Amino acid sequence: MPFKRYVEIGRVALVNYGKDYGRLVVIVDVIDQNRALVDAPDMVRCQMNFKRLSLTDITIDIKRVPTKKTLIAAMEVADVKNKWENSSWGRKLIVQKRRASLNDFDRFKLMLAKIKRGGLVRQELAKLKKQNSS
Amino acid sequence: MVTCKFHQYQVVGRALPSETEEHPKIYRMKLWSTNEVRAKSKFWYFLRKLKKVKKSNGQMLAINEACIILKLELIILSLIFEKNPTKIKNYGIWLRYQSRTGYHNMYKEFRDTTLNGAVEQMYTEMASRHRVRHHCIQIIKTATIPAKLCKRESTKQFHNSKIKFPLVFKVVRPPSRKLKTTYKASRPNLFM
Repeated sequence: MPFKRYVEIGRVALVNYGKDYGRLVVIVDVIDQNRALVDAPDMVRCQMNFKRLSLTDITIDIKRVPTKKTLIAAMEVADVKNKWENSSWGRKLIVQKRRASLNDFDRFKLMLAKIKRGGLVRQELAKLKKQNSS
Repeated sequence: MVTCKFHQYQVVGRALPSETEEHPKIYRMKLWSTNEVRAKSKFWYFLRKLKKVKKSNGQMLAINEACIILKLELIILSLIFEKNPTKIKNYGIWLRYQSRTGYHNMYKEFRDTTLNGAVEQMYTEMASRHRVRHHCIQIIKTATIPAKLCKRESTKQFHNSKIKFPLVFKVVRPPSRKLKTTYKASRPNLFM
């Protein structure tokens, strides 16, 4: 199986450990085999170990070590935010965040909705069973 | 930001003035150590090897630490600072170390954003590759090397503006140490 996601300048990655957990960053330069210089519009450029990064499918078109302005412009051009939020990975993370931020009333509403959905599914199933047996 | 164990200090000292020598020469050294106390001690260690002076008949005139200057932070009043901690530099470090059979000189290259980081890399690499402990290493000289003058293949291979490589194994780690468990329900998927 060939590799599809490469560490390259412009690769968008998700931080999966540490202080910046959950943040989308762009690999702006490679320091050495284990570390990259990483940048995002709302943080100071810093170095990160690759072990803390999960590479995504999104890349943007930048040269080595761009200025903050060029980086933000390139991210707009590549439409990173929308691409991320529409990707299945991004959507899952949004759902996870939503679920973690539910309060008790929301969980109650969720429970009712689940029961309702389960009831409808069972009704349809009963109908189909009846059709099949008759 | 990475916190470095090794700090760079600038230490200034001289022998105590005596009747024969009213104004002894002042010596300044740039050192790396984990704290100020060790820096002062190291200063006397090196000065003893260069001049006939000891801590008991010498005085410390100043000790300043080199800091990283971030553009968003206030500049702390210290003399040596890392001008650009977001720029990757190639550091060449010349050192003299004591092995089991004698003293040797060495030149090593490291890629890092800060000099303190490169020095820390050097100490850990010497410990791992040559089993040399930190007190057996003397740093002769450090310098930032422009990419053309780098000698080692392992640093030169990163001098590629279109660098591209895959990460071969995915590190499966819980996002915080609190969520660490001894047993997991399923085997990890290591494919990136």
